Amino acid sequence: MTDQITGAQSLVRSLERAGVDVVFGIPGGAILPAYDPLMDSTQVRHILTRHEQGAGHAAEGYAAATGRVGVCMATSGPGATNLVTPIADAYMDSVPIVAITGQVPSAAIGTDAFQEADIRGITMPITKHNFLVTDPAEIPSAVAAAFHIAATGRPGPVLVDIAKDALQARTGFSWPEQIDLPGYRPVTRPHAKQVREAARMIVEAKRPVLYVGGGVIRAGAHAELRRLAELTGIPVTTTLMARGAFPDSHPLHLGMPGMHGTVAAVGALQKSDLIVALGARFDDRVTGKLDTFAPDAAVIHADIDPAEIGKNRTADVPIVGDAREVIADLVAAVTAEHEAGRTGDYAEWVELLDRMKATYPLGYDHPADGTLSPQYVIERLGQIAGPEAVVAAGVGQHQMWAAQFIGYELPGTWLNSGGAGTMGYAVPAAMGAKVGRPDAQVWAVDGDGCFQMTNQELVTCAINEIPIKVALINNSSLGMVRQWQTLFYESRYSNTDLHSHRIPDFVKLADAYGCHGLRCESPEQVDATIEKAMGLDDAPVVIDFVVHKDAMVWPMVAAGASNDDIKFARDLAPTWDREE
Amino acid sequence: MTRHTLSVLVEDQPGVLARISALFSRRGFNIESLAVGPTEVEGVSRITIVVAVEDSPLEQVTKQLNKLINVLKIVELEPESSVARELVLVKVRADQETRSDVLQIADVFRAKVVDVALETVTMEITGSRDKTEALLRILEPFGIKELAQSGIVAIGRGPRSISDRALRPAERSA
Repeated sequence: MTDQITGAQSLVRSLERAGVDVVFGIPGGAILPAYDPLMDSTQVRHILTRHEQGAGHAAEGYAAATGRVGVCMATSGPGATNLVTPIADAYMDSVPIVAITGQVPSAAIGTDAFQEADIRGITMPITKHNFLVTDPAEIPSAVAAAFHIAATGRPGPVLVDIAKDALQARTGFSWPEQIDLPGYRPVTRPHAKQVREAARMIVEAKRPVLYVGGGVIRAGAHAELRRLAELTGIPVTTTLMARGAFPDSHPLHLGMPGMHGTVAAVGALQKSDLIVALGARFDDRVTGKLDTFAPDAAVIHADIDPAEIGKNRTADVPIVGDAREVIADLVAAVTAEHEAGRTGDYAEWVELLDRMKATYPLGYDHPADGTLSPQYVIERLGQIAGPEAVVAAGVGQHQMWAAQFIGYELPGTWLNSGGAGTMGYAVPAAMGAKVGRPDAQVWAVDGDGCFQMTNQELVTCAINEIPIKVALINNSSLGMVRQWQTLFYESRYSNTDLHSHRIPDFVKLADAYGCHGLRCESPEQVDATIEKAMGLDDAPVVIDFVVHKDAMVWPMVAAGASNDDIKFARDLAPTWDREE
Repeated sequence: MTRHTLSVLVEDQPGVLARISALFSRRGFNIESLAVGPTEVEGVSRITIVVAVEDSPLEQVTKQLNKLINVLKIVELEPESSVARELVLVKVRADQETRSDVLQIADVFRAKVVDVALETVTMEITGSRDKTEALLRILEPFGIKELAQSGIVAIGRGPRSISDRALRPAERSA
């Protein structure tokens, strides 16, 4: 090892060896040495965002859309702290990203130096792992380990903080052929005995349901899932993080469970005698009040993270493993049961759920005054853009409607901030997705509240020729918060009116950003406006859909309430008992 | 709530203690006692943590600890099959009138007197928590001027070592 290159060159070479093709970031003092050799890299394209949060969400969008590790870069102090939100977001949703941050020179660490922040300490609870590198010789091994940790096991964010003097010092380059992490051994192969036990329970159950979570998408297990569902005939629910893991058009699909899930999906979990949880984590937004959740169900819980199993709901059959391997093994084990003459009989159960599906479909009303219904806009967008399009949503009502009214057929076509609920995710995530999949049509379905948090990245899109399309569901308010005020705070609308029907003028804003700005205010214009946007590929497009502000997301299980108390419209509860 | 003693083998890396203590506080567990030191294996430290929790949250915190990249192995040491000790240094008020009583108590508890001044006696005692607590209770009426107490360290009884299997590279992939 001869001291031929700088730590900064070593970093860029490490990123190249890790297979990185794009980095989203912003330079600054401490990371400056790294940006010099980055300029010469023919493999790594750096996209200069307008805010580090945008860089972080772009890395997430890239990762979620492609399955590869997304990369973002920032300087020390505020540059690094601006990455905190996307890192926390990636941690909650198991998104593989690597964040590279510059740190003040090692001699200045701990002195409250200019632009110093203890980003390793700050991100400890929101990263899968993180590194502080002060020795230039350790840069390749830290980068290699970071990518390995981010992408394997339960994916997640890893931060590598590098002191400026380590970037400037001369060092040798040695890329580790093997990654030596004795404390990191994720289990991917499920235990055969547990899988056999699960198969036995599946064929004996009367009211089983598949509870499919985001792990199935991360593991690329959609084909195996479909095989399992079709082999067993068990109805499927896909969580907010799993939309696209199973085709919405499939007759066995009941839709999304949870706070804004379909009556059939929520009811199927609630009334089931066997929940087969695959890469899902019994999140409070799915279970509602935990001690009344699915009271009669036995639970098979498969997850790659052993800490998720039994965390919220006790598992009768715990299976630790990669979702793809688990489901493939389950298919084999259930096939063996079938061959031995033991098949499940779920006909009555499926019939009941089909009836619920037919009786309580997702629906909405058009406003009486002829203004636009947000659900209609989103539904039409899904139908016109088609199942190949990638949709990234912000957080709130529009996110729920985009999860409900767009039919997802393919994994990786639905990106959103599920666990963290980060407003402002959509535009930068769509940008990252479009960079990762340039041939895909990428839509951000955003609210006017979310959009005003991160829309500056449209500049990045315009300048770097990343023609995303934004369907701005502009209800002039923080819609979901407003909905809660309507329902739980006697319609006292404290600080939820954004006045965005007046200010800003989103069409002019789009224009100022070098994007096409379109406006749509009536149902008759919806199709034509979407089609026009689809024809504009020379720049990003923003459609300001001026929608009715009183629309609400239904069905709903109120926060902290039991799933038994789901309402499919205000004060309207479905009747299960009569159906049974 | 029951008291549990966890022996955690970790890579001797900067920040590892912060990761572990932060994890306990984030998941809502109070650490009763914590002690860190080297082990017989170079580069591996042992953290002994005593927590008072029910069994099911203990399982959760153990699983979360296991997810830390620098954590190599976690073993819960059961009281009946392990030895647990802590060290206490205590400075007790002891004038001419009370000194002999204090020294006699030290003797009964097999505490070692490490310093004597005109008004105080400082003694050291090692033992189980029950023993050190008993000593401190008895010294209390004399007036405890200063107290320094280590975390508990513990080790399993019998011939086996907890680092035996965890740290041999050949078995890492198993």
